[in-house]
Amino acid sequence: MNSLYVICGLGIAALIAEILNMRKRLTAFLIIGLAAAAILVVFDWGTNAAYFSNMVVFDKFSLAFIALISVVSVAWLWMCGEYFKDQHQTDKSALVLFAIAGAAVMVAFNNMAMLFLGIEILSIALYTLAGSRKGSLFSNEASFKYFLMGSFATGFLLLGIALVYGATGSFQLDIISDFIQIHKEGMPTFFYAGIILMFIGLAFKISAVPFHFWAPDVYSGSPTSITAFMSTVVKIAAVGAFYKIFSFAFGHIESSWLLMIQVVCVLTLLVANITAVYQVDVKRLLAYSSVGHVGYILLGFLADPIASSPVVFYYLVAYAVSSLIAFAILIIVERENKSVSIESFNGLYKRNPFLSITMAIALLSLAGIPPLPGFFGKYLVFALAIEHGFTGFVIVAVVTSLIGVYYYFRIMIAMFLKEPAGTIINLSGSENSFAALLIGITMITGLFPDLLISLLR
Amino acid sequence: MLTLLLIFFPLASSLLLLLARPQQAKQWALAASIIELVVSLVVAFQFDKNYAALQFSFNTPWIASLGLNLSVGIDGISLLLVLLTTILVPFIIYSSFATDYKRPSIFYGLILMMQMALVGVFVSMDGLLFYIFWELALIPIYFICLIWGGENRGQITFKFFVYTLAGSLFMLVALVYLYFKTPGSHSFDIQALYEAGRALPVIEQGWIFWAMFVAFAIKMPVFPFHTWQPDTYTTAPAQGTMLLSGIMLKMGIYGLIRWLVPLVPAGVQEWGYTAIILSVIGIIYASCIAIVQKDIKRLIAYSSIAHVGLISAGLLTLNKIGMQGAMVQMISHGIIVFALFYIVDIIFQRTKTHALSELGGIKNAAPVFATIFTVVMLGSVALPLTSGFVGEFLLINSLIQYKLIVGSVAGLTMILGAVYMLRTFQKSMSGETNSLTKTFADLTQHEKRVLYPIVALIILLGIYPDPVLSISESAVNNLLTLFSDSITSLK
Repeated sequence: MNSLYVICGLGIAALIAEILNMRKRLTAFLIIGLAAAAILVVFDWGTNAAYFSNMVVFDKFSLAFIALISVVSVAWLWMCGEYFKDQHQTDKSALVLFAIAGAAVMVAFNNMAMLFLGIEILSIALYTLAGSRKGSLFSNEASFKYFLMGSFATGFLLLGIALVYGATGSFQLDIISDFIQIHKEGMPTFFYAGIILMFIGLAFKISAVPFHFWAPDVYSGSPTSITAFMSTVVKIAAVGAFYKIFSFAFGHIESSWLLMIQVVCVLTLLVANITAVYQVDVKRLLAYSSVGHVGYILLGFLADPIASSPVVFYYLVAYAVSSLIAFAILIIVERENKSVSIESFNGLYKRNPFLSITMAIALLSLAGIPPLPGFFGKYLVFALAIEHGFTGFVIVAVVTSLIGVYYYFRIMIAMFLKEPAGTIINLSGSENSFAALLIGITMITGLFPDLLISLLR
Repeated sequence: MLTLLLIFFPLASSLLLLLARPQQAKQWALAASIIELVVSLVVAFQFDKNYAALQFSFNTPWIASLGLNLSVGIDGISLLLVLLTTILVPFIIYSSFATDYKRPSIFYGLILMMQMALVGVFVSMDGLLFYIFWELALIPIYFICLIWGGENRGQITFKFFVYTLAGSLFMLVALVYLYFKTPGSHSFDIQALYEAGRALPVIEQGWIFWAMFVAFAIKMPVFPFHTWQPDTYTTAPAQGTMLLSGIMLKMGIYGLIRWLVPLVPAGVQEWGYTAIILSVIGIIYASCIAIVQKDIKRLIAYSSIAHVGLISAGLLTLNKIGMQGAMVQMISHGIIVFALFYIVDIIFQRTKTHALSELGGIKNAAPVFATIFTVVMLGSVALPLTSGFVGEFLLINSLIQYKLIVGSVAGLTMILGAVYMLRTFQKSMSGETNSLTKTFADLTQHEKRVLYPIVALIILLGIYPDPVLSISESAVNNLLTLFSDSITSLK
């Protein structure tokens, strides 16, 4: 809970900074504050503290996700310093911090009303941030599209919550779960209708196919920094919320109702990965790849809806670290070339070898090559799925990861093979140390995945 | 511990190399690979060849929740391949001294990293660890080919990468499937996997056989999984080709021996014949294409498919002669193919062409070079008293014992091999000199220092192959006993 207080406090502090004219050191201050929030998690570890009559519960799952969200946010703020440097610095900072607070609520809720609240806190801040490049038509379009789709999805979610409440008589996840286990045979039909509606609502948020079509447009229209935020922090929160509701509350429903998630999982794997192949701009490519990774996470969830949280968590960490690197480099390339097309990556190896090697590590990890974390993430998912008899799904997932290799390697080939698309890139010390630090984290998560997996086991 | 040193010393030196000054990178890399060679020789001298079980083994949990142990060890089969790796890598590095590669610290760093992955593959005694090294070997060689390769390398190396990755992913699925069949709290330990694999019904063993065989067949490559190979070998830089053909290809054969035959014996029994037929088709097919090749590098690439087809066919007959033949031939092929590609590289450096039609008469301009080429070529066509003969003789012998018709068809390799190699010799070395070859300089001191030891090895192993045969003998016996036991228990 302390971390949540800190995050909210930081948001308010960002607003006050405008009044007190303390903008200069604001970003550094926020970074330190968020790091502190991550550290505070350690003190709450294992307490399972519940607040507001059990509406939020800080069990290991919530705390691990909050820590992940804070750490990723720290890295994100570090790499996106440029984005904040204009006259709206404090507004944007405050919005980002509130979005992070919403994300924390989304993974800590124990009450469906809190889920709704968390989603709204996060989304409203994001609608604004997506449109924060005011002069750009695409940014406005992204913001508007995101807003429409987001409210549409929330409608589904709310109706679903209402129906589930009607059937079980409670908003609390644990009570719902107990109720389902006792009345396994006699659940009314509208309860399942509620589950379907909630699933659709959340599928929008985690952008699973066929509810993903907003994602590429919003991702490519928003400022690249915000895209990075959406595909890391927001994705972690959305997957956390999805997992929490479907595992903690609905984990024991008749498995035949999981069929719809199975269909969505296969569709996500196939459609996202195949569509990514045709992208000409890296931003959209990463958007589709982030949709594709949701497919693997869903597969992990399906294999064992009750006990797959370590796998899902590890996969998210692996994905988030690699995506952060990829986006950080995309931001640098965009700054140099004013373009996010694959061509702007041409000859990056000759322009700055360190940058291209860092990118190569991120891409190899996303493609799932050992011993990088992406491999162990996929491996855990595949192993869990094979253990529970989902071998057919694994074959599909293997084929789609091969397709994944194809599009990630398009960037790789552009970087190492083509003639340079610009002059030599000189990085600041901060950027170099950022890249080195993230490579270090990638290697540690890859070589010692147990550190993370054992957290939730 | 020595085994761990063998794996991680090249890795550490490849990372340290990034700190070295670019001009000195090649010297440091050579020094590192020579130290590695010394370590491996120490291992070889301490190795007790009468002892069939693992030696120098080391086992510690690495990632407990994945069942992954850092479990390594060396038996006769591993030792031979480790030696092949540690002997060839210094030669490969030294052979590059005449060429100036851009960004040498990265280039040599990748070669050393490759060496680490290769040694890792040959000593891993844990299924997942084996897989990790197997995949890891792909990364450095991919970048070596991508950055320093020739024409059209983007597409070609990409095809290579995806092809091999596709094969190995199915191998991963098979390994994980077996992992969950191991008793108790599951394990990737090689013995546990062996037992789990053997307990499977024949049909499932067949599935596993194909999932794994395809991965190995792509790496070797066996017909019809070879289509990536000629292009990749042609476009790779000389040192990349040497690594690919000299050592990396042996990963596939080693995989067959260690991770297929004892793993699913009934699957091998059931489908082995099909695999042998594929291999034999590959021999004939690749030889025929080699005969009509115009590009000398491509020609040797195809000849490599033919030779490797024979190894895999002889190996799958599962008699002792075939197994031992495969061991000798792996070593011999590694050395000979390295020499052949080096010779091609020398020709290319002087004439800037790979086209046979533009060569000719080199014998007159460079007699020493032509003599060396003759010896290596004779090794390749398996003339008695060269190392190639011992291996091919044993392999064909085993195939004839297995089925006369298969053996006789496979035996054509000796004739076809002679046809394409002699044709190469005649087109490049004999005849009239032309404007390109008139000024062909003879071997430099540096080139002699690479080729003389290699030629000596070819002849030495041909006259006295006993060291190789005796090192692997007890391990091979052990393997075959395991195999026949499980087949009889199945009946």
